[in-house]
Amino acid sequence: MPVGKSIKKFLVFAALPLSIFLVVLVIPFSQGLFLTFTNWDGFSFTQFAGIDNYVKSFQDPSFWSTLQFTAAFVVVSMITINVVAFGLALLVTAKLRSSNIFRTFFFVPNLIGGVILGVIWQFIFNSALVSLAQKFNWTALTSSWLNETDTAFWALIIVTTWQASGYMMIIYITGLISIEQDVLEAARIDGASAFRTMLSVKIPLMIQSFTIALFLTLRGGFMAYDVNVALTGGGPFRTTELISLHIFNDAFRLGNFGTGQSKAVIMFLMVAIAALIQVNVSKRMEVQR
Amino acid sequence: MIQKKSIGTKIIFLLGLVLSVSYAMPFVLVALNSVKPKFEILANPLALPIVFTWDNFNQAITKMNYFQSLTNSIIITTFSVLALILISSMLAYYLSRTKNKFTKVTFLILVASMIVPFQALMIPFMALFAPMVSWNNRASLIFFYMGFGVALSTFLYHGFISNIPVELDEAASIDGAGDFTIFWRIIFPMLKPVTATVAIINALWIWNDFLLPVLVLTPETQTLPLSTYLFYGQYSTEYGQAMAGLLLAVFPIIAFYLVLQRQFISGISSGAVK
Repeated sequence: MPVGKSIKKFLVFAALPLSIFLVVLVIPFSQGLFLTFTNWDGFSFTQFAGIDNYVKSFQDPSFWSTLQFTAAFVVVSMITINVVAFGLALLVTAKLRSSNIFRTFFFVPNLIGGVILGVIWQFIFNSALVSLAQKFNWTALTSSWLNETDTAFWALIIVTTWQASGYMMIIYITGLISIEQDVLEAARIDGASAFRTMLSVKIPLMIQSFTIALFLTLRGGFMAYDVNVALTGGGPFRTTELISLHIFNDAFRLGNFGTGQSKAVIMFLMVAIAALIQVNVSKRMEVQR
Repeated sequence: MIQKKSIGTKIIFLLGLVLSVSYAMPFVLVALNSVKPKFEILANPLALPIVFTWDNFNQAITKMNYFQSLTNSIIITTFSVLALILISSMLAYYLSRTKNKFTKVTFLILVASMIVPFQALMIPFMALFAPMVSWNNRASLIFFYMGFGVALSTFLYHGFISNIPVELDEAASIDGAGDFTIFWRIIFPMLKPVTATVAIINALWIWNDFLLPVLVLTPETQTLPLSTYLFYGQYSTEYGQAMAGLLLAVFPIIAFYLVLQRQFISGISSGAVK
Protein backbone atom coordinates (compact mmCIF):
# COMPACT_ATOMS: atom_id res chain seq x y z
CA MET A 1 0.00 0.00 0.00
CA PRO A 2 1.38 3.46 -0.83
CA VAL A 3 2.42 5.51 2.21
CA GLY A 4 -0.05 8.32 1.54
CA LYS A 5 -2.96 5.95 1.43
CA SER A 6 -1.97 4.14 4.61
CA ILE A 7 -1.62 7.42 6.49
CA LYS A 8 -5.02 8.47 5.27
CA LYS A 9 -6.49 5.18 6.43
CA PHE A 10 -4.91 5.64 9.85
CA LEU A 11 -6.31 9.15 10.15
CA VAL A 12 -9.81 8.12 9.11
CA PHE A 13 -10.11 4.95 11.19
CA ALA A 14 -7.74 5.03 14.12
CA ALA A 15 -6.58 8.54 14.95
CA LEU A 16 -9.65 9.64 16.92
CA PRO A 17 -10.19 6.50 19.06
CA LEU A 18 -6.49 6.16 19.81
CA SER A 19 -6.10 9.78 20.84
CA ILE A 20 -9.12 9.55 23.15
CA PHE A 21 -7.67 6.38 24.64
CA LEU A 22 -4.33 8.10 25.09
CA VAL A 23 -5.79 11.20 26.73
CA VAL A 24 -8.31 9.48 29.00
CA LEU A 25 -6.36 6.41 30.05
CA VAL A 26 -2.68 6.32 29.16
CA ILE A 27 -1.71 9.86 30.15
CA PRO A 28 -3.44 9.97 33.56
CA PHE A 29 -2.13 6.50 34.33
CA SER A 30 1.50 7.35 33.54
CA GLN A 31 1.14 10.71 35.23
CA GLY A 32 -0.24 8.98 38.32
CA LEU A 33 2.70 6.61 38.38
CA PHE A 34 5.14 9.50 38.05
CA LEU A 35 3.48 11.67 40.70
CA THR A 36 3.82 9.03 43.40
CA PHE A 37 7.56 9.73 43.39
CA THR A 38 7.07 13.45 44.04
CA ASN A 39 5.59 15.56 46.81
CA TRP A 40 2.44 16.24 44.76
CA ASP A 41 -0.43 17.77 46.75
CA GLY A 42 -3.22 17.43 44.20
CA PHE A 43 -2.30 20.59 42.28
CA SER A 44 1.45 20.85 41.86
CA PHE A 45 4.73 19.39 43.05
CA THR A 46 8.00 21.06 43.93
CA GLN A 47 10.45 18.18 44.32
CA PHE A 48 11.01 14.49 43.94
CA ALA A 49 10.38 12.44 47.02
CA GLY A 50 11.71 9.02 46.06
CA ILE A 51 9.65 6.26 47.59
CA ASP A 52 8.45 8.37 50.55
CA ASN A 53 4.80 8.05 49.54
CA TYR A 54 5.04 4.29 49.42
CA VAL A 55 6.81 4.15 52.78
CA LYS A 56 4.12 6.37 54.27
CA SER A 57 1.37 4.25 52.75
CA PHE A 58 2.71 1.12 54.36
CA GLN A 59 3.20 2.89 57.68
CA ASP A 60 -0.52 3.68 57.76
CA PRO A 61 -2.10 1.02 59.99
CA SER A 62 -5.55 1.59 58.48
CA PHE A 63 -4.10 0.68 55.06
CA TRP A 64 -2.90 -2.66 56.45
CA SER A 65 -6.31 -3.44 57.87
CA THR A 66 -7.89 -2.46 54.53
CA LEU A 67 -5.48 -4.78 52.70
CA GLN A 68 -6.39 -7.63 55.03
CA PHE A 69 -10.09 -6.95 54.70
CA THR A 70 -9.82 -6.70 50.91
CA ALA A 71 -7.80 -9.93 50.63
CA ALA A 72 -10.37 -11.79 52.71
CA PHE A 73 -13.18 -10.29 50.65
CA VAL A 74 -11.56 -11.20 47.33
CA VAL A 75 -10.88 -14.80 48.33
CA VAL A 76 -14.23 -15.49 50.00
CA SER A 77 -16.32 -13.74 47.33
CA MET A 78 -14.47 -15.58 44.55
CA ILE A 79 -15.35 -18.87 46.19
CA THR A 80 -18.98 -18.08 47.04
CA ILE A 81 -19.83 -16.45 43.72
CA ASN A 82 -18.35 -19.22 41.61
CA VAL A 83 -19.75 -22.08 43.67
CA VAL A 84 -23.23 -20.56 43.63
CA ALA A 85 -22.99 -19.60 39.95
CA PHE A 86 -21.88 -23.07 38.90
CA GLY A 87 -24.71 -24.60 40.93
CA LEU A 88 -27.23 -22.29 39.32
CA ALA A 89 -25.86 -23.11 35.86
CA LEU A 90 -26.30 -26.85 36.54
CA LEU A 91 -29.81 -26.21 37.77
CA VAL A 92 -30.80 -24.11 34.79
CA THR A 93 -29.34 -26.57 32.25
CA ALA A 94 -31.18 -29.51 33.87
CA LYS A 95 -33.83 -29.46 31.13
CA LEU A 96 -36.77 -28.13 33.11
CA ARG A 97 -39.64 -26.40 31.41
CA SER A 98 -39.22 -23.50 33.81
CA SER A 99 -35.45 -23.08 33.19
CA ASN A 100 -35.88 -19.82 31.35
CA ILE A 101 -37.91 -18.24 34.13
CA PHE A 102 -35.40 -19.37 36.74
CA ARG A 103 -32.56 -17.98 34.66
CA THR A 104 -34.30 -14.63 34.50
CA PHE A 105 -34.72 -14.50 38.28
CA PHE A 106 -31.09 -15.39 38.93
CA PHE A 107 -29.84 -12.87 36.41
CA VAL A 108 -31.86 -9.80 37.37
CA PRO A 109 -29.81 -8.58 40.39
CA ASN A 110 -26.96 -8.19 37.94
CA LEU A 111 -28.71 -5.59 35.86
CA ILE A 112 -28.91 -3.18 38.72
CA GLY A 113 -26.07 -1.05 39.90
CA GLY A 114 -24.25 -1.91 43.10
CA VAL A 115 -25.26 1.34 44.75
CA ILE A 116 -28.97 0.68 44.42
CA LEU A 117 -28.54 -2.94 45.47
CA GLY A 118 -26.47 -1.74 48.41
CA VAL A 119 -29.17 0.56 49.74
CA ILE A 120 -31.88 -2.07 49.20
CA TRP A 121 -29.88 -4.46 51.38
CA GLN A 122 -29.10 -1.73 53.85
CA PHE A 123 -32.85 -1.48 54.40
CA ILE A 124 -33.08 -5.26 54.70
CA PHE A 125 -30.25 -5.58 57.23
CA ASN A 126 -30.99 -2.44 59.22
CA SER A 127 -34.78 -2.42 59.24
CA ALA A 128 -36.56 -5.42 57.78
CA LEU A 129 -34.53 -8.18 59.41
CA VAL A 130 -34.23 -6.35 62.71
CA SER A 131 -37.94 -5.78 63.02
CA LEU A 132 -38.66 -9.38 62.08
CA ALA A 133 -36.07 -10.64 64.54
CA GLN A 134 -37.61 -8.65 67.35
CA LYS A 135 -41.01 -10.00 66.50
CA PHE A 136 -39.96 -13.64 66.39
CA ASN A 137 -37.06 -13.46 68.85
CA TRP A 138 -34.24 -14.46 66.50
CA THR A 139 -31.28 -13.52 68.66
CA ALA A 140 -28.73 -13.55 65.82
CA LEU A 141 -30.46 -10.72 63.99
CA THR A 142 -31.85 -8.39 66.65
CA SER A 143 -29.02 -5.96 66.11
CA SER A 144 -28.17 -5.02 62.54
CA TRP A 145 -25.41 -7.02 60.88
CA LEU A 146 -23.96 -3.79 59.59
CA ASN A 147 -23.05 -2.61 63.11
CA GLU A 148 -20.27 -5.17 63.61
CA THR A 149 -17.20 -5.59 61.41
CA ASP A 150 -17.44 -9.38 61.25
CA THR A 151 -21.11 -9.59 60.40
CA ALA A 152 -20.81 -6.62 58.02
CA PHE A 153 -18.16 -8.61 56.15
CA TRP A 154 -20.66 -11.41 55.61
CA ALA A 155 -23.33 -8.92 54.63
CA LEU A 156 -20.97 -7.65 51.91
CA ILE A 157 -20.32 -11.23 50.78
CA ILE A 158 -24.05 -12.06 50.66
CA VAL A 159 -24.94 -9.00 48.59
CA THR A 160 -21.97 -9.41 46.23
CA THR A 161 -22.72 -13.08 45.68
CA TRP A 162 -26.39 -12.35 45.08
CA GLN A 163 -25.43 -9.67 42.56
CA ALA A 164 -22.63 -11.37 40.64
CA SER A 165 -23.68 -15.02 40.60
CA GLY A 166 -26.22 -14.51 37.79
CA TYR A 167 -23.60 -13.10 35.43
CA MET A 168 -21.13 -15.90 36.15
CA MET A 169 -23.99 -18.38 35.78
CA ILE A 170 -24.39 -17.26 32.14
CA ILE A 171 -20.69 -17.93 31.55
CA TYR A 172 -20.96 -21.42 33.07
CA ILE A 173 -24.13 -22.15 31.08
CA THR A 174 -22.24 -21.26 27.89
CA GLY A 175 -19.50 -23.66 28.94
CA LEU A 176 -21.88 -26.46 29.86
CA ILE A 177 -23.86 -26.37 26.63
CA SER A 178 -20.71 -26.24 24.51
CA ILE A 179 -19.78 -29.78 25.58
CA GLU A 180 -20.56 -32.18 22.75
CA GLN A 181 -23.37 -34.63 23.40
CA ASP A 182 -21.39 -37.65 22.13
CA VAL A 183 -18.74 -37.14 24.81
CA LEU A 184 -21.42 -37.28 27.49
CA GLU A 185 -22.99 -40.27 25.74
CA ALA A 186 -19.64 -42.07 25.79
CA ALA A 187 -19.29 -41.39 29.50
CA ARG A 188 -22.74 -42.79 30.12
CA ILE A 189 -22.06 -45.95 28.12
CA ASP A 190 -18.85 -46.42 30.11
CA GLY A 191 -21.05 -46.44 33.20
CA ALA A 192 -19.97 -43.14 34.72
CA SER A 193 -22.28 -41.76 37.41
CA ALA A 194 -23.67 -38.22 37.07
CA PHE A 195 -21.19 -37.00 39.68
CA ARG A 196 -18.27 -38.75 38.04
CA THR A 197 -19.25 -37.35 34.63
CA MET A 198 -19.29 -33.86 36.04
CA LEU A 199 -15.93 -34.20 37.77
CA SER A 200 -14.01 -36.04 35.05
CA VAL A 201 -15.73 -34.94 31.85
CA LYS A 202 -17.74 -31.74 32.16
CA ILE A 203 -15.46 -29.65 34.38
CA PRO A 204 -12.23 -30.47 32.51
CA LEU A 205 -13.93 -29.64 29.19
CA MET A 206 -15.13 -26.27 30.40
CA ILE A 207 -12.08 -25.03 32.31
CA GLN A 208 -12.11 -22.04 29.96
CA SER A 209 -15.37 -20.87 31.56
CA PHE A 210 -13.73 -21.15 34.96
CA THR A 211 -10.75 -19.15 33.75
CA ILE A 212 -13.02 -16.31 32.66
CA ALA A 213 -15.37 -16.39 35.63
CA LEU A 214 -12.52 -16.57 38.14
CA PHE A 215 -10.73 -13.71 36.41
CA LEU A 216 -13.84 -11.53 36.41
CA THR A 217 -14.63 -12.24 40.06
CA LEU A 218 -11.02 -11.66 41.08
CA ARG A 219 -10.94 -8.31 39.33
CA GLY A 220 -14.42 -7.45 40.59
CA GLY A 221 -13.42 -8.26 44.15
CA PHE A 222 -10.41 -5.96 44.09
CA MET A 223 -12.34 -3.16 42.42
CA ALA A 224 -15.55 -3.44 44.46
CA TYR A 225 -16.71 0.02 45.43
CA ASP A 226 -20.44 0.54 44.86
CA VAL A 227 -21.83 -2.12 47.17
CA ASN A 228 -19.23 -1.18 49.78
CA VAL A 229 -20.09 2.51 49.82
CA ALA A 230 -23.85 1.96 49.76
CA LEU A 231 -24.10 -0.96 52.18
CA THR A 232 -21.60 -0.23 54.94
CA GLY A 233 -20.04 3.05 53.83
CA GLY A 234 -16.85 1.63 55.34
CA GLY A 235 -18.33 1.69 58.82
CA PRO A 236 -18.25 0.94 61.66
CA PHE A 237 -15.19 3.19 62.11
CA ARG A 238 -13.63 2.56 58.69
CA THR A 239 -13.22 -1.14 59.50
CA THR A 240 -15.08 -2.41 56.43
CA GLU A 241 -13.35 -0.24 53.86
CA LEU A 242 -12.29 -2.21 50.80
CA ILE A 243 -9.23 -0.85 49.03
CA SER A 244 -11.18 1.22 46.48
CA LEU A 245 -13.14 3.09 49.11
CA HIS A 246 -10.01 3.49 51.22
CA ILE A 247 -8.20 5.17 48.33
CA PHE A 248 -11.21 7.38 47.59
CA ASN A 249 -11.45 8.51 51.22
CA ASP A 250 -7.70 8.96 51.60
CA ALA A 251 -7.51 11.24 48.57
CA PHE A 252 -10.83 13.04 48.33
CA ARG A 253 -11.94 13.11 51.99
CA LEU A 254 -8.61 13.51 53.77
CA GLY A 255 -6.72 15.24 50.98
CA ASN A 256 -3.77 12.82 51.03
CA PHE A 257 -3.20 12.81 47.29
CA GLY A 258 0.35 11.45 47.46
CA THR A 259 -0.38 8.39 49.58
CA GLY A 260 -3.81 7.96 47.95
CA GLN A 261 -2.19 7.64 44.55
CA SER A 262 0.57 5.35 45.84
CA LYS A 263 -2.05 3.08 47.33
CA ALA A 264 -3.83 3.13 43.96
CA VAL A 265 -0.63 2.02 42.24
CA ILE A 266 -0.21 -0.73 44.84
CA MET A 267 -3.79 -1.79 44.12
CA PHE A 268 -3.07 -1.91 40.39
CA LEU A 269 -0.01 -4.08 40.96
CA MET A 270 -1.97 -6.45 43.17
CA VAL A 271 -4.76 -6.82 40.60
CA ALA A 272 -2.29 -7.31 37.76
CA ILE A 273 -0.14 -9.88 39.58
CA ALA A 274 -3.09 -11.83 40.99
CA ALA A 275 -4.83 -11.89 37.60
CA LEU A 276 -1.67 -13.00 35.78
CA ILE A 277 -1.10 -15.84 38.22
CA GLN A 278 -4.74 -16.93 38.11
CA VAL A 279 -5.01 -16.86 34.31
CA ASN A 280 -1.72 -18.74 33.93
CA VAL A 281 -2.75 -21.46 36.37
CA SER A 282 -6.18 -21.89 34.77
CA LYS A 283 -4.77 -21.88 31.23
CA ARG A 284 -2.42 -24.68 32.15
CA MET A 285 -5.44 -26.74 33.20
CA GLU A 286 -7.31 -26.20 29.94
CA VAL A 287 -7.69 -29.29 27.79
CA GLN A 288 -6.82 -29.15 24.11
CA ARG A 289 -9.83 -30.24 22.12
CA MET B 1 -36.68 -40.87 30.15
CA ILE B 2 -40.27 -40.43 31.33
CA GLN B 3 -39.64 -42.50 34.43
CA LYS B 4 -36.47 -40.65 35.24
CA LYS B 5 -38.22 -37.36 35.01
CA SER B 6 -40.47 -37.83 38.02
CA ILE B 7 -38.59 -37.50 41.33
CA GLY B 8 -35.25 -36.04 40.30
CA THR B 9 -36.86 -33.37 38.19
CA LYS B 10 -39.32 -32.48 40.92
CA ILE B 11 -36.53 -31.95 43.44
CA ILE B 12 -34.60 -29.78 40.99
CA PHE B 13 -37.73 -27.83 40.17
CA LEU B 14 -38.44 -27.23 43.85
CA LEU B 15 -34.87 -26.13 44.47
CA GLY B 16 -35.09 -23.74 41.53
CA LEU B 17 -38.34 -22.35 42.82
CA VAL B 18 -36.99 -21.73 46.32
CA LEU B 19 -33.84 -20.11 44.93
CA SER B 20 -35.79 -17.94 42.47
CA VAL B 21 -38.02 -16.70 45.25
CA SER B 22 -35.05 -15.86 47.45
CA TYR B 23 -33.28 -14.08 44.58
CA ALA B 24 -36.37 -11.98 43.97
CA MET B 25 -37.12 -11.41 47.67
CA PRO B 26 -35.28 -8.09 48.06
CA PHE B 27 -37.20 -6.61 45.12
CA VAL B 28 -40.49 -7.99 46.39
CA LEU B 29 -39.76 -6.41 49.75
CA VAL B 30 -39.06 -3.05 48.12
CA ALA B 31 -42.21 -3.21 45.99
CA LEU B 32 -44.35 -4.29 48.92
CA ASN B 33 -43.19 -1.50 51.18
CA SER B 34 -43.26 1.19 48.53
CA VAL B 35 -47.06 1.32 48.71
CA LYS B 36 -47.32 1.24 52.50
CA PRO B 37 -47.38 4.15 54.91
CA LYS B 38 -44.44 4.37 57.32
CA PHE B 39 -46.14 2.96 60.42
CA GLU B 40 -47.09 -0.19 58.56
CA ILE B 41 -43.54 -0.76 57.39
CA LEU B 42 -42.26 -0.41 60.93
CA ALA B 43 -44.92 -2.79 62.22
CA ASN B 44 -44.09 -5.57 59.76
CA PRO B 45 -42.01 -5.11 56.61
CA LEU B 46 -43.11 -8.50 55.26
CA ALA B 47 -46.88 -7.99 55.56
CA LEU B 48 -49.09 -7.12 52.62
CA PRO B 49 -50.21 -3.49 52.58
CA ILE B 50 -53.41 -2.74 54.50
CA VAL B 51 -53.58 0.93 53.65
CA PHE B 52 -52.56 1.31 50.03
CA THR B 53 -50.91 4.61 49.09
CA TRP B 54 -49.36 6.09 45.97
CA ASP B 55 -48.16 9.09 47.92
CA ASN B 56 -44.67 7.62 48.41
CA PHE B 57 -44.20 7.62 44.65
CA ASN B 58 -45.33 11.21 44.24
CA GLN B 59 -42.94 12.29 46.97
CA ALA B 60 -40.04 10.28 45.60
CA ILE B 61 -40.54 11.50 42.04
CA THR B 62 -40.29 15.14 43.08
CA LYS B 63 -37.62 14.79 45.74
CA MET B 64 -35.18 12.79 43.64
CA ASN B 65 -35.92 14.72 40.45
CA TYR B 66 -36.81 11.42 38.91
CA PHE B 67 -37.58 12.48 35.36
CA GLN B 68 -34.59 14.76 35.13
CA SER B 69 -32.19 12.05 36.33
CA LEU B 70 -33.84 9.50 34.06
CA THR B 71 -33.37 11.83 31.10
CA ASN B 72 -29.73 12.42 32.07
CA SER B 73 -29.10 8.70 32.33
CA ILE B 74 -30.72 8.07 28.95
CA ILE B 75 -28.77 10.85 27.24
CA ILE B 76 -25.42 9.89 28.71
CA THR B 77 -25.86 6.16 28.10
CA THR B 78 -27.20 6.53 24.54
CA PHE B 79 -24.53 8.92 23.32
CA SER B 80 -21.67 7.06 24.99
CA VAL B 81 -22.80 3.73 23.54
CA LEU B 82 -23.30 5.14 20.03
CA ALA B 83 -19.91 6.84 20.14
CA LEU B 84 -18.25 3.66 21.39
CA ILE B 85 -19.80 1.59 18.61
CA LEU B 86 -18.61 4.11 16.04
CA ILE B 87 -15.01 4.53 17.16
CA SER B 88 -14.36 0.95 18.30
CA SER B 89 -15.67 -0.72 15.17
CA MET B 90 -13.55 1.54 12.99
CA LEU B 91 -10.46 1.12 15.14
CA ALA B 92 -10.92 -2.66 15.21
CA TYR B 93 -11.30 -2.71 11.42
CA TYR B 94 -8.08 -0.75 11.04
CA LEU B 95 -6.16 -2.88 13.53
CA SER B 96 -7.26 -6.20 12.08
CA ARG B 97 -6.88 -5.28 8.40
CA THR B 98 -3.60 -3.38 8.56
CA LYS B 99 -0.97 -5.83 9.67
CA ASN B 100 2.28 -4.28 10.88
CA LYS B 101 4.27 -3.84 14.10
CA PHE B 102 2.42 -0.69 15.08
CA THR B 103 -1.04 -2.24 14.90
CA LYS B 104 0.15 -5.35 16.73
CA VAL B 105 1.63 -3.34 19.60
CA THR B 106 -1.39 -1.02 19.76
CA PHE B 107 -3.71 -3.97 20.02
CA LEU B 108 -1.63 -5.50 22.82
CA ILE B 109 -1.64 -2.21 24.74
CA LEU B 110 -5.42 -2.00 24.40
CA VAL B 111 -5.86 -5.53 25.72
CA ALA B 112 -3.42 -4.97 28.59
CA SER B 113 -5.16 -1.73 29.57
CA MET B 114 -8.31 -3.63 30.43
CA ILE B 115 -6.70 -4.76 33.66
CA VAL B 116 -6.07 -1.20 34.89
CA PRO B 117 -8.68 -0.33 37.51
CA PHE B 118 -10.16 3.16 37.27
CA GLN B 119 -9.04 3.78 40.84
CA ALA B 120 -5.42 3.52 39.72
CA LEU B 121 -5.71 6.72 37.72
CA MET B 122 -8.72 8.41 39.30
CA ILE B 123 -6.75 10.97 41.32
CA PRO B 124 -4.54 12.49 38.58
CA PHE B 125 -7.47 12.05 36.22
CA MET B 126 -9.64 14.43 38.22
CA ALA B 127 -6.83 16.97 38.52
CA LEU B 128 -6.14 16.80 34.79
CA PHE B 129 -9.74 17.09 33.62
CA ALA B 130 -11.13 19.55 36.16
CA PRO B 131 -11.31 22.44 33.64
CA MET B 132 -13.03 20.30 31.02
CA VAL B 133 -15.54 19.00 33.56
CA SER B 134 -16.44 22.49 34.77
CA TRP B 135 -17.01 23.52 31.14
CA ASN B 136 -19.55 20.79 30.37
CA ASN B 137 -19.78 17.83 32.66
CA ARG B 138 -22.18 15.69 30.64
CA ALA B 139 -20.14 15.97 27.45
CA SER B 140 -16.98 15.28 29.48
CA LEU B 141 -18.51 12.17 30.99
CA ILE B 142 -19.44 10.85 27.54
CA PHE B 143 -15.89 11.55 26.39
CA PHE B 144 -14.49 9.66 29.41
CA TYR B 145 -16.70 6.67 28.75
CA MET B 146 -15.37 6.58 25.18
CA GLY B 147 -11.85 6.42 26.54
CA PHE B 148 -12.55 3.80 29.19
CA GLY B 149 -14.76 1.63 26.98
CA VAL B 150 -12.81 1.66 23.75
CA ALA B 151 -10.42 -1.16 24.71
CA LEU B 152 -13.00 -3.85 25.45
CA SER B 153 -15.27 -2.84 22.57
CA THR B 154 -12.41 -2.83 20.08
CA PHE B 155 -11.30 -6.20 21.39
CA LEU B 156 -14.77 -7.66 20.80
CA TYR B 157 -15.02 -6.20 17.30
CA HIS B 158 -11.47 -7.28 16.45
CA GLY B 159 -12.21 -10.94 17.09
CA PHE B 160 -15.25 -10.80 14.83
CA ILE B 161 -13.72 -8.80 11.99
CA SER B 162 -10.70 -11.13 11.82
CA ASN B 163 -13.13 -13.89 10.80
CA ILE B 164 -14.52 -11.91 7.85
CA PRO B 165 -12.55 -12.86 4.70
CA VAL B 166 -10.34 -10.07 3.30
CA GLU B 167 -11.42 -11.11 -0.21
CA LEU B 168 -14.64 -9.23 0.45
CA ASP B 169 -12.74 -5.95 0.91
CA GLU B 170 -10.59 -6.70 -2.11
CA ALA B 171 -13.56 -7.37 -4.36
CA ALA B 172 -15.17 -4.10 -3.34
CA SER B 173 -11.89 -2.28 -3.77
CA ILE B 174 -11.57 -3.58 -7.35
CA ASP B 175 -15.09 -2.29 -7.97
CA GLY B 176 -13.74 1.13 -7.02
CA ALA B 177 -14.95 1.55 -3.43
CA GLY B 178 -12.75 3.46 -0.99
CA ASP B 179 -11.87 2.20 2.51
CA PHE B 180 -14.54 4.32 4.13
CA THR B 181 -17.27 3.02 1.82
CA ILE B 182 -16.07 -0.56 2.15
CA PHE B 183 -16.28 -0.37 5.92
CA TRP B 184 -19.67 1.31 6.23
CA ARG B 185 -21.44 -0.37 3.32
CA ILE B 186 -20.04 -3.88 3.50
CA ILE B 187 -18.27 -4.67 6.78
CA PHE B 188 -20.30 -2.76 9.35
CA PRO B 189 -23.66 -4.32 8.39
CA MET B 190 -22.08 -7.74 8.93
CA LEU B 191 -21.08 -6.82 12.47
CA LYS B 192 -24.64 -6.71 13.83
CA PRO B 193 -24.24 -9.54 16.38
CA VAL B 194 -21.09 -8.00 17.93
CA THR B 195 -22.62 -4.56 17.79
CA ALA B 196 -25.49 -5.90 19.89
CA THR B 197 -23.00 -7.37 22.37
CA VAL B 198 -20.96 -4.17 22.51
CA ALA B 199 -24.10 -2.08 22.97
CA ILE B 200 -25.52 -4.19 25.80
CA ILE B 201 -22.28 -4.62 27.74
CA ASN B 202 -21.47 -0.92 27.57
CA ALA B 203 -25.03 0.24 28.23
CA LEU B 204 -25.24 -1.85 31.42
CA TRP B 205 -21.91 -0.57 32.66
CA ILE B 206 -22.55 3.08 31.87
CA TRP B 207 -26.16 3.09 33.08
CA ASN B 208 -25.13 1.68 36.46
CA ASP B 209 -21.80 3.42 36.87
CA PHE B 210 -21.44 5.35 40.08
CA LEU B 211 -17.86 6.33 40.85
CA LEU B 212 -17.19 8.42 37.75
CA PRO B 213 -20.52 10.29 37.86
CA VAL B 214 -19.98 11.04 41.56
CA LEU B 215 -16.72 12.75 40.69
CA VAL B 216 -17.92 14.50 37.55
CA LEU B 217 -21.61 15.40 37.68
CA THR B 218 -23.45 18.26 39.42
CA PRO B 219 -26.99 18.11 40.88
CA GLU B 220 -28.66 19.18 37.61
CA THR B 221 -26.89 16.54 35.54
CA GLN B 222 -27.14 13.65 38.01
CA THR B 223 -27.79 10.19 36.67
CA LEU B 224 -30.33 7.83 38.20
CA PRO B 225 -27.98 5.81 40.46
CA LEU B 226 -26.55 9.03 41.82
CA SER B 227 -29.84 10.73 42.59
CA THR B 228 -31.23 7.51 44.08
CA TYR B 229 -28.26 7.18 46.37
CA LEU B 230 -28.42 10.79 47.54
CA PHE B 231 -32.19 10.61 47.95
CA TYR B 232 -31.89 7.44 50.01
CA GLY B 233 -29.21 8.99 52.18
CA GLN B 234 -31.43 11.96 52.90
CA TYR B 235 -34.75 10.22 53.36
CA SER B 236 -33.78 6.76 54.57
CA THR B 237 -35.98 7.17 57.66
CA GLU B 238 -38.97 7.84 55.38
CA TYR B 239 -39.02 4.15 54.54
CA GLY B 240 -41.99 4.24 52.19
CA GLN B 241 -40.58 7.03 50.07
CA ALA B 242 -37.12 5.47 50.04
CA MET B 243 -38.62 2.19 48.81
CA ALA B 244 -40.65 3.97 46.14
CA GLY B 245 -37.48 5.74 44.99
CA LEU B 246 -35.60 2.46 44.77
CA LEU B 247 -38.39 0.82 42.81
CA LEU B 248 -38.45 3.73 40.39
CA ALA B 249 -34.69 3.45 39.96
CA VAL B 250 -34.82 -0.28 39.31
CA PHE B 251 -37.83 -0.23 37.00
CA PRO B 252 -36.42 1.12 33.69
CA ILE B 253 -33.56 -1.32 33.42
CA ILE B 254 -35.67 -4.35 34.34
CA ALA B 255 -38.31 -3.36 31.78
CA PHE B 256 -35.58 -2.96 29.18
CA TYR B 257 -34.16 -6.36 30.05
CA LEU B 258 -37.50 -8.13 29.85
CA VAL B 259 -38.05 -6.74 26.35
CA LEU B 260 -34.56 -7.64 25.10
CA GLN B 261 -33.89 -10.68 27.24
CA ARG B 262 -32.53 -12.91 24.49
CA GLN B 263 -30.09 -10.26 23.25
CA PHE B 264 -28.89 -9.65 26.80
CA ILE B 265 -28.10 -13.28 27.49
CA SER B 266 -26.42 -13.97 24.15
CA GLY B 267 -24.61 -10.63 24.35
CA ILE B 268 -23.15 -11.43 27.73
CA SER B 269 -22.19 -14.99 26.94
CA SER B 270 -20.46 -14.10 23.68
CA GLY B 271 -18.87 -11.04 25.26
CA ALA B 272 -17.43 -12.99 28.15
CA VAL B 273 -16.13 -15.89 26.12
CA LYS B 274 -14.56 -13.23 23.87
